[in-house]
Amino acid sequence: MQKNTFKRKTLPSLAMAGPVSLWMILFVTLPMLYIIYISFMSRGVFGDVVYKFSLESYETLLDSTYFKVILKSIKAAFVTTVLCILIGYPFAYYIAKKPKEVASKLIMLIMIPFWTNSLMRLNSWLLLFQTSGPVNNFLLSTGFIDTPMSFVYTDGLVMVGMITNMLPFAVLPMYSSIEKLSRSLLEASADLGASGRTTFFNITLPLTFPGIFSSIILVFIPSLGIYTVTDMLGGGKVLYIGNIIKNQFGSIRNWPLGAALSVLLIVITGLLIYIYTRFAKIEDMEVL
Amino acid sequence: MSDSIVSLIDVEKSFGKNKVVKKMNVEIKEGEFLTLLGPSGCGKTTTLRMIAGFEEATSGAIKVQGESVEDKEPFERDVNTVFQNYALFPHMSVFDNIAYGLKIRKRPKDEITKRVNEMLDLVQLKGYENRKPDALSGGQKQRVAIARALINNPKVLLLDEPLGALDLKLRKQMQVELKRLQKKLGITFVYVTHDQEEALTMSDRIAVMNEGVIEQLATPREIYDRPFTKFVAGFIGESNIFDGKVKALHDGILDVETSSGTMKVKGSGFDVGESIHVSIRPEYVKVNSDPVEGFDLKGNVKDYIYMGTVVKTSVDLKDNIEIKYSRFEKDEDFKEGDSVNIYWNPERAVAIKAKK
Repeated sequence: MQKNTFKRKTLPSLAMAGPVSLWMILFVTLPMLYIIYISFMSRGVFGDVVYKFSLESYETLLDSTYFKVILKSIKAAFVTTVLCILIGYPFAYYIAKKPKEVASKLIMLIMIPFWTNSLMRLNSWLLLFQTSGPVNNFLLSTGFIDTPMSFVYTDGLVMVGMITNMLPFAVLPMYSSIEKLSRSLLEASADLGASGRTTFFNITLPLTFPGIFSSIILVFIPSLGIYTVTDMLGGGKVLYIGNIIKNQFGSIRNWPLGAALSVLLIVITGLLIYIYTRFAKIEDMEVL
Repeated sequence: MSDSIVSLIDVEKSFGKNKVVKKMNVEIKEGEFLTLLGPSGCGKTTTLRMIAGFEEATSGAIKVQGESVEDKEPFERDVNTVFQNYALFPHMSVFDNIAYGLKIRKRPKDEITKRVNEMLDLVQLKGYENRKPDALSGGQKQRVAIARALINNPKVLLLDEPLGALDLKLRKQMQVELKRLQKKLGITFVYVTHDQEEALTMSDRIAVMNEGVIEQLATPREIYDRPFTKFVAGFIGESNIFDGKVKALHDGILDVETSSGTMKVKGSGFDVGESIHVSIRPEYVKVNSDPVEGFDLKGNVKDYIYMGTVVKTSVDLKDNIEIKYSRFEKDEDFKEGDSVNIYWNPERAVAIKAKK
């Protein structure tokens, strides 16, 4: 009898969920635990990890140099998120109100850059914005500027790159929640005397808030740890958390410090997801 | 100023090439319960949505209280709507849903509370004000939707199949309640449904619609007893409809020749040789073992379905046409397979002009 239950219920579940669980445990959970573990260790003279408990790495995080980078990264991620939402919401709304065939084409448009190889995309940005690139040439020829501007390797260009990178993540969840919004609710609001503006703030915005919040999380978290964009468009001159983590594990060889920074990112991510689950009901979490 | 509160004058509506409403003319009287009845796709909901302002008429004029409303947005019109799927705001409590119309108009707080409580009383939902729509049953949601639409004191309440999602028992109960509510408030109700029984139960007048046209606009009794068109006769209640030609006429009674045999029907304004439909309700059909003068409708009893108070029977006539009749169970009866003659009181049958 018991064997029968095993065959009927336990075995199929194991067969379906087992491989993924095993994979995730081996390649996500264990490495993450290991990162947390070494963040509490100390660094050896030759850049090796000395397995002796120490809070040294976390103390270093509070050091003004690192602390500034952390703050700057959070600020950059915050601005990216706000701009992505502000640019993305009207567009998501626009797509959601279009007929299905048109909507899928518009979504395709926003997905194409997302599917393009990021190295290619970022390099093309460098070419476009370099000192003798088309953007500078255009500005020079129209007389807006006298000397070429240096866009490349600046925080500004990094920001533009981050927004470009993250926009699809912002648009899609908001699109799906606006699209789900029943037209009859908007009609009911109008019917009861609300103008378009009032309806937007009383009905549309609150009911699409889960989508907005998904977008915030999907944009903010990767922006915080983003590495390729800052590395290439910032050229190593402007530093963000991602670059520092890479350097600690790479050239500087201070694994415990790199691990501590990673733990910080994990904690921030965890916090945001916790807030999200408190805010939104499970059925709204279609994207996460 | 006439006593009509809503007037549709030559109203037409097309979606692309598809003409959904054709040259519609209706005068809706103040305080009446008017039902737009028809099969799905007949244009009834579109008509309602044009009055509400959600759709713009392609041509023609819509007047509310004698005033053209073409240029008015839905929120500027003195009509309110109860939507098919309630359309309650899911993020608001029952109280806030009902209060919405007043909050939008920035009424003082104590007035809002007072009015919402009146509405809760009216729809018997006291004690539910803090619930979210998700925590209500279908019937309760419906009441909230009605209360929400009534709080603005509309001149006209538009109801778009409001009971469609409820089960049969609750629907019947709500039909009675809605009718009572309408009488009590004295507000004009324009009600859309595809359920003919619902229409007959509640309405003062019914507009039977088909393919964008009103086939007949009359009281439930007239619609049932004197259908103007073949469509109305077939759509409202059960009917046996025969196609034939007028053979002779005398004293307001027509002799009609059909493929199943000859029959009699009361009618005027027909010529000999003219095409005609004859409609007879199952409850008026009579059966006899011997032929009856003026009728030549022979057949065999086919089914015999016992339904409690009535028995429903059908008889196979010539040309494979089946006629249904019903009777009280106690009455004298024929068994399956019996050969019978069909007849009826010609006054009870309806003569309908064939469309050219």
